[in-house]
Amino acid sequence: MLNSGLFAGYFKSIQTLVLISVLLILIVLLTVFTGGEFLQVQSLQAIAFQFPLLGVFTLAQVVPMLTSGIDLSIISIADLSGIIVALILTHLTAWYATPLAVLVGIFVSLILGTVNGFLVAYVEIPPIIATLGTMILIKGLALGITKGYIMAGFPQAFLFVGSGSLLGIPVPFIIFLFLGTLMALILNKTPFGVGAYMFGSNPIATLFSGVSTKSVLFETYTLSGGLAGVASLIMISRFNAAQANYGGSYLLLTVLVCVLGGIDPAGGSGKISELVIAILILQIVATGFNLLGLSSYLATALWGLILLGVIVVNRAFLERAHKF
Amino acid sequence: MSKLILKQLFKRTEFYLFGALLALSAVITAINPSFVTPENLFSILKNYSFLGILTLGELVVLIAGGIDVSFTAIATVAQYIMGVIIGTYGVNDIAVAILIPILIGAVLGSVNAIFVYYTRVHPVIITIATLNAFYGLLVFITGGRWIYNLPPSFRNFASLKILTFTNPNGISYGLSIFTGFWILTAILTWLILKYFSVGRKIYAVGGNLEAARRAGFSIFRVQLFVYSYMGALAGLGGFVQAQLGQIIQPNAIVGRELDTLAAAILGGASIFGGVGTVLGAILGVLLIAVVKNGLVLMKVSSYWHQAFIGLIIIIAVSITAYQHKIRAERMTGRNVK
Repeated sequence: MLNSGLFAGYFKSIQTLVLISVLLILIVLLTVFTGGEFLQVQSLQAIAFQFPLLGVFTLAQVVPMLTSGIDLSIISIADLSGIIVALILTHLTAWYATPLAVLVGIFVSLILGTVNGFLVAYVEIPPIIATLGTMILIKGLALGITKGYIMAGFPQAFLFVGSGSLLGIPVPFIIFLFLGTLMALILNKTPFGVGAYMFGSNPIATLFSGVSTKSVLFETYTLSGGLAGVASLIMISRFNAAQANYGGSYLLLTVLVCVLGGIDPAGGSGKISELVIAILILQIVATGFNLLGLSSYLATALWGLILLGVIVVNRAFLERAHKF
Repeated sequence: MSKLILKQLFKRTEFYLFGALLALSAVITAINPSFVTPENLFSILKNYSFLGILTLGELVVLIAGGIDVSFTAIATVAQYIMGVIIGTYGVNDIAVAILIPILIGAVLGSVNAIFVYYTRVHPVIITIATLNAFYGLLVFITGGRWIYNLPPSFRNFASLKILTFTNPNGISYGLSIFTGFWILTAILTWLILKYFSVGRKIYAVGGNLEAARRAGFSIFRVQLFVYSYMGALAGLGGFVQAQLGQIIQPNAIVGRELDTLAAAILGGASIFGGVGTVLGAILGVLLIAVVKNGLVLMKVSSYWHQAFIGLIIIIAVSITAYQHKIRAERMTGRNVK
């Protein structure tokens, strides 16, 4: 009865509205429960330092999910490239050690991303299985190189990536803003981005409309690997250490954030702006729980329940939409 | 006729898996003969019974076109509640200790089924959510405390054997009761898939959900069955794992989801549903077990083991994907590019 396009827009804005309301309610609740401590500059700055790591990992997960895939290997890519960065930083004392390590780290993660891209696009292995295999292999390589040890102690220049500030703004936050804007531009303004959205909603129609689906998929997983590499730089710089097992808990969290942020797991739809709100919600839950002295496991449970809640609410809206 | 059988054989994933298993065993034995000793083989079968049981559950879910990553949390919750009941309340009865986790597992599995069916969201997403919810709530409520004070009946059960032998040095060894659990679970799963009507429905739903729906099958009942079955086996697996370690730690199982998935996929189960066999699920686990054991016997540093497993999985799935591609091209009669 209604114009379906109009209705889709209405539905979309409801989702944004729900997300913003959840965010606002959380902020108000936490401010009240912490007696105003939550709104102080220190807590806000802590959030600005903490959430970019989850944020960049999530950006690495977004493109695969838009193409109805998934990348299970992002954390192991981050760990392995982080270990190689750490190897350079702990063995080289020259002035160019930090820029070299950063470049090598991103290069390694891009190469690892191309392995995924090759397996998914050209060998045609379903993404979840291909990246499961590379995840285990890459983590195995990281374990083999480090023998389970932690590599710690990086130069000051490198620590700036994860803990420095420019004009009072945390550097990781600036990196996240830059990458988030870049991703939004790539997804909306480039042929690759349009191809990725199209592939996610209908791969066969995309192929028949003359898009090289193989290169879209290849680039998707390469990009995902590269972003995991940047996340790795933030991570090892913040921890001032690299190890084969860091960040494991982020893997399922990135999928959760994507779904919470309105990325359709079946592919084809989702916006970076909604995603950023979802990342903020999760980080605020984590930081708030920390401030309140509550168990981080309660936060884990809550994340699961929030995800289920969002899915059920979405389903209810969708069902109502179909009844029109 | 025999040619036809051979031809069928060459198409089977199990055939290649079995070949790989034999070849690997031969290589490992040539390097270190202690691999083929019955002690070592029985110990592999005992230590991998936990992974084996879970893989059978995942197999059934995969055949039905679903996937479950929450079973580690289910196994942990089931195991922990069992530990609280038999440890803290001192229920010294092994039958209770086995039944409690199976029941709890089945109930939690049915929660997955309800969400998967009603929301129609991909089961990976649903089970990630329930994994977090189950596990987070458990550790939050219990504070992550370990349970040690397990009753005597629970402790004695761990050394039970189905078959017992004695080696020349007078040390007895044999087929552990937990391997027996694995074998029984395998037989049960095989019977369900092969002879029960629900088994045929599982293959039908996994092969083509819409066709199965139009044929009049209740999709909900099939999904309820597979996720509850996975849950029940996760509960049993939780019991076995607690037995093997004689201690209950909430953080011992969660994080090992992908081992099971890897074993099932190595065994030929398809992520798209409709395909998979019990024999494959057993061989997949055994292949991983033999590789790891062989690497130990060949004195390869344990830190490299995971890299080998990862490489094997990538090679195996690449071959499967390639065969699938060739078959698809042959079926359409031309090269679709």
